[in-house]
Parts: sequence; structure tokens; C-alpha cells
Amino acid sequence: MRGIGKSFLGVRVLSGVDLDVMGGEVHAVVGENGAGKSTLMKIICGIHAPDEGTIEIDGRPVSFGHPLEAQRSGIAIIHQEFNLLPERTVAENVFLGREPVRRGLVDRTAMETATARLLDELGEDAFGPRDAVKRLSVAQQQIVEIVKALSVKARLVVMDEPSAALAEHEVELLYRLIGRLRERGVAVVYISHRLREVFDLADRITVLKDGSRVTTCPISEVTPDELIRLMVGRDLGTYFPPRSAGAGEVRLSLRGAGNLKLRDIDLELRAGEIVGIAGLQGSGRSELAKAIFGAEPFTTGEMTPSRPRSVREGVAMGIGLVTEDRKAEGLALRQSVRDNALLVARAVGARHRNGLRDLLQRVRLSPPRQEQEVRYLSGGNQQKVVLAKWMTMAPRVLLFDEPTRGVDVGAKAAIHDLMRELANDGMAIMMISSELPELIVMSDRVVVLRDGRIAGTLPAGASEEAIMRLAAGEVA
Amino acid sequence: MNLLARGRRPARRGEAHGGLAARLREPTQVVFLALLGLVAVGWALVALDGGQFLTMESVVGIQQRSAALGIVAIGQTLAILAGSLDLSVAYLISLASLVAAEIMAGQDGKVVAAVAAVLAISALVGLVNGLVITRLRVHAFIATLGVALIIKGIVDHLYDGPAGKVPESFQLLGYSRIGPIPVSAMLWASVAVVAWFLLSRTRLGYRIYAVGGNEDVARLSGIRTGRVIVITHVLCSVCAGIAGLLLAGRLGAGAPTVGTDGGYDLESIAAVVLGGTALAGGKGGVAGTVGGVLLLAVLDTIFNQLEINSFGKDVVRGVVIVIAVAVYARRGTRRSA
Repeated sequence: MRGIGKSFLGVRVLSGVDLDVMGGEVHAVVGENGAGKSTLMKIICGIHAPDEGTIEIDGRPVSFGHPLEAQRSGIAIIHQEFNLLPERTVAENVFLGREPVRRGLVDRTAMETATARLLDELGEDAFGPRDAVKRLSVAQQQIVEIVKALSVKARLVVMDEPSAALAEHEVELLYRLIGRLRERGVAVVYISHRLREVFDLADRITVLKDGSRVTTCPISEVTPDELIRLMVGRDLGTYFPPRSAGAGEVRLSLRGAGNLKLRDIDLELRAGEIVGIAGLQGSGRSELAKAIFGAEPFTTGEMTPSRPRSVREGVAMGIGLVTEDRKAEGLALRQSVRDNALLVARAVGARHRNGLRDLLQRVRLSPPRQEQEVRYLSGGNQQKVVLAKWMTMAPRVLLFDEPTRGVDVGAKAAIHDLMRELANDGMAIMMISSELPELIVMSDRVVVLRDGRIAGTLPAGASEEAIMRLAAGEVA
Repeated sequence: MNLLARGRRPARRGEAHGGLAARLREPTQVVFLALLGLVAVGWALVALDGGQFLTMESVVGIQQRSAALGIVAIGQTLAILAGSLDLSVAYLISLASLVAAEIMAGQDGKVVAAVAAVLAISALVGLVNGLVITRLRVHAFIATLGVALIIKGIVDHLYDGPAGKVPESFQLLGYSRIGPIPVSAMLWASVAVVAWFLLSRTRLGYRIYAVGGNEDVARLSGIRTGRVIVITHVLCSVCAGIAGLLLAGRLGAGAPTVGTDGGYDLESIAAVVLGGTALAGGKGGVAGTVGGVLLLAVLDTIFNQLEINSFGKDVVRGVVIVIAVAVYARRGTRRSA
């Protein structure tokens, strides 16, 4: 790939990126959230067309108008979200759309033997071609995806965060699978933000940052520290808003609280304070926010002033939750900015019509057009509408789950400023984030979760290493 | 940062397959078990009432009652499996009965032409349904409702009562039987077998499941999803046309209300869902639908034999359908929980 560029809605997400991958090589692509990794992969696989630049396979230029054309050229992608039909069997999924036929009829036997052979080659014996996909674990489903890629004789397999959904022993299985792909001379592009995996697996590495390529080099030529510097490479000090003066009264406290996913949570949220929540995927971060909010309530322990049993009770206590997935859980996408901003106010019966204009200005919605359908807004503006929605009820406690995911840099700063402003006005704020730099600079305190428990609490300005050590529970 | 790979508890191992308990959780088995149970209950109730339940007469009655609905429901199964549905079948049945009886006009020699015309018109209606859904991107509910109203308008304009005449030979389709099995039931069975074969042994069948299961996954696997939906609608409408022929044979004429009086649109959907096919598509099959249709027919027979009024019958049907779907939904969530 040479000089690949791509813009979405006028926002340039990739510019002049080169990438070359060789057979039998594992090529890692790393970069922060929003660096352009996923966009690059979608271009390789024909889901998006590049605005500029060329793609060549074996020296021949190609252009993909459709994922199928990429597939025919021997490129397979394994998405974070699997493309499988849960109700169908393994073999049916592997051969979906390309079922072998004999005398006009689907040749089940051929399909199942071919699938069984591929499973065999990958050393997989826990399930067979006739098992329904819905009965498989996530790791096993990933194997099905890999078998599918092999069955189309893919020469380049793109794996987008393949370990994100896997448990540790399953990750080892993934390593073995990738090793087998390499032995077969298949090129693997491995996208991950997990540096340990990158150093374990990759032959070469390409670092993306803000849509451009920083470097490509053999893995042996960089150290993890250098790699982090290449990926981050920014001055954090000027980027984030200043800290608060101090914390006030306790707004909410948990003592030994727990439910199916959480245990023994002791936590206090104070007025004027931003508490950061760190933890690995699956450590219970979102579950904690949902439990406090009443969406997946605590079943044991104490919560003061009271333990909400439903969202309605949580909202009545003055708790708001800016969810991780704003499109699915935060907004009615086809409705206007105004209707969305007034969702909560209408639900609790508060009056806020007159203040809406001021409110939208306060969240820095630009342009502050109330009639616009929310789905046409940028991610940053959408998030501001979600914020406005909660501010209509003047919450006492506001929980943020990944508040700046999928938000551009400018809006990110605006949201950060606003969060600090709200805290200084006396709101108690809890913020979950996977972006450690953001968490570190925003938080007055960082609480680290591990396996549904609090692994430790760190003061403001804790290092990434200290957080990760607690989150992973390893002595390093 | 390198430690991010940890966390998340090990995923549960996939459940073992096979075993009676696992099989019993499939809706198809549930519906046939329910059918057996219902026959037992019916037998007991009718016996208490002093009658005899499974007489030759009632068995034949059940089959005949089921045949037309059964054929429509098979077609509906295909549409629903592909993630669509068809509300135009009832009016199409009326139209088909009229076309058949008018062309036959009591003459044996015109039967072939009439059948061909009915099948062609049905296929055309299905094609329109399919194209409106896929090309104009109108939701299936509205698209087929619109087509249904168009057919209704045409039929109501041209006819205000039974018309045409079906020759004696063709009426045999409606009434004659070989041993205990009516010809109409055999027709139903053969449509069911063809559909089963289509679904389980042909590429088209696999694609129908894929499109209904997840249209994006299907498209990204290279399936022309629009074409699959159009084909299922053509097949669904052809099934409705066949049911129209059957009913014309039974009535001896065409009737503008034969489809709607039978409530074939909603009832066929109810039978499909009762048979465990997911209304959202991608899951289920013909066997369940056959079970669902028989279940409804046995229910009818029990009520008829006990001579309970038809209001009670409708209430019980409604309750049965709702309970069945609630049971399937529970099983579904428990499995994925």
C-alpha cells in the first residue's frame, strides 16, 4: 500500500500511509485510539475505498470496490465482532455463501470433512463441524473465523484486536494459531494496542499516529518504552485542563457493595472531585457504573444515601450515566437535538424548556441547532448532547463511561473542560476510561478494578505503570 | 500496558451437543410434544363428554382443515426465515381461487391452463412483494400490506360474490381421499417436503437462513441478499396460489372472501411462530410449522367435538400462541445467558 489517504466527512483520518506486508510475516500495526488503525484495515479489506494512494498485490495494482473483491484476492479479515451466524453449524458458517454443491445439492459431507480437516490442522478437537456456533465460546468462535479465512485460501489475514474478547489461556491458543498461519506462508496483519502481544508475535511493526505512519521496523529494533513514546509522543501537560481545588462533602458512598459481577466495593464520590476508574476489559468498570446508576443494581452491601434498585430510582437520587455506547444507549439517533436533550427532563417530569438554549451553549454544542437530527452530528457533538441530557436534571453524581471514545481532539478537550467545570460547580464525577493518559490527567484519584474488586486506589498523577500493575495484579 | 491481555474470566466451554435434554430444548420438538399432549388431553376431554376423539372422520377433518393453512404456512415459513413476512397471502388466495374458477369455467380441458395462470399470477405478486421490499426498501410489513390492499381493491371491484365454476374432476382435489389420507393433505405434505429439501439441501436454503440470521454477515459472505428475499417471496406467493387452487376445488367456485374469511395471513404467521421459527428470521424450519398447523387444527377439532362456541376457541388459540412464543424466548435467553 502506498500513500493511502482517507477522509470522512471532511475529517482527515489517514494521510500518506505506506504499508507493506510479506508472506509468512506477522506485521503488527499499533497506535492509540483514533490513530487510524481500523480505517487502514477497512481499506485493505475493501470495506472503504481510499481517497488516494494505491494497493498492490504481488506487484499488481488492485482496487477493491467491495469486500468480496478483496476476499477473492486472498484477503480475509477477522473483525473484533465476529461475522458468524449463531444458529448455524460451524461448517455452515465456514462455507457460508460458497457451499460446495454436487448435482445441484449442497454437499454436506464435503463441507463437513473440509471443515474437520482444517480444525484438525489447527489442533482443535473441542468442537466439530456440526456444532452450532451459538454453543461455542468466544475463543472457539474466533477459531471458526480463522478456519473460514483458511478455507478461502487467504494469503493475507487481517486480525483486528483479536485478543480483546479472549481470556488469557485463550490468547495462548491464538498465538499457536497465528504461528500455524505463519508456517503456511500466510501474511498476518495484527492490530493491537497490547504491546505484550505485539512483542510476542510480530516480526515487524508499523506505528500509526494521528493518521500518519510514524515508522515501520523489525520488532527487534525497538524496545517497549520506545514504542510507547512513538505511539503517544505528545506533551500531556498542555493538553488537559487543570485539577480542582479540593473535594467537598461525600455525595455517594459504597460499603462492601456487590452483585454478580462485582464484589466488596468500597468507594466514596465527593462533590467537586473527579474519580477515575481504571481496569482491564472485563474487570467490571462499566458494571460498576451501571450498578451505581441502578441499571444492573447491587444486590449486596450498602450504598448511601440509598441503593437504587432501578434506573428510575437512580435518576431520582440525582445520578446520571453517560454510557459507553452513546449510539445504542445514550441517544435516540433519529430524533432532534432538542428531543434528545430533553429525554431525561421529560422522563422525570422536570421543566427545562426555557433553559435549553443556554444549556446547549454551555456544553459548547456547535452549531447549537436544536432541530438537527442527532445522527448527523459528529461523535463529539453527540456526546455533548448526552451531557446536556443529564444536565437538565442537575445531577448530584454524574458517571462517565469512556466519555471521549470516538470523539475528535477538539471536542475531547471541550468535554474535559466541561467535566472539570461541572466538578468545580459541586458535582461528584466518576470517569471510566481505557485511555490511561486521559485518566491520569483528569482524575483526582484513580481507583483500579480487577476481576470485579477494587485492586487499589492511586493518588492524582499516578504513572501508567503503577495503574497497569494494579490492574493486571502482577508484581513487576 | 503489555498486561492488558489479562482480565476477563475464561469463557464457559460450549455446551455438549446431543442428548435428549438438549434436543428437547429445540422448539420443533417442543411443538410436537405439545401436539401429542394436546391429542391426549383432547381424547380425555371428548371421552369424558361421552364421545370418541380420534375417529376416522375427525382425523380426516383435521387433515383437511390443515391442508390449505398448512400450504400457506410453508410459504410463510420461507419468507419469515429470510427475515421477511407476507401479509398479502389472504387476498392472493381469494384472487387465485377466482382466477382458477373463471378460467376453468366448469370445463375439464381448461384445468391445466387455469393452474398455470394461477401460478404465474402468484409468482408475479411475489416478485412485486420482493422487489418493493428490496429495491424500494420498504419494510416487508408495509410492502406486503400495500400489495394486499391493491389485490383487495381489484377483487372487490370485479366481484361481489362467488364466481366461475370448477369442474368435478378438479373438485376431487378438495374432497377425495386415498384411505384415511385426503388428497389435499398429500398436496400439503409434498409442498412441505419440497420446502424442507430446499432449506436443508440446496444453496438457496442455506442462503435463506443466512439472510434471515444476519443480513450483513450474509452480504459480507458474498450472498446477494436482495435476490434471496425476492425468491422467497415468489415461493411464498406461489404457495398461497396453490392454497387458492385447493380452496377453489373445495368450494367448486372462486370466492372473493375465501382467503380473508380463513384469516390465512395472520393465522399462517401464527402457525409459523408456534412452530418455533423466529419471527426475526434465521432460525426454525418447515417441520415446526407443520407441527404448528396441526396443533391449531387439533385444537379446532377438540372445540368442535365439544361443541364449545367459537369465542372460547379464539381465546384459547391466542393464549396458546402467546405462551408458546414466551416459552421459546425463555429458552433462547437461558441458552445465551
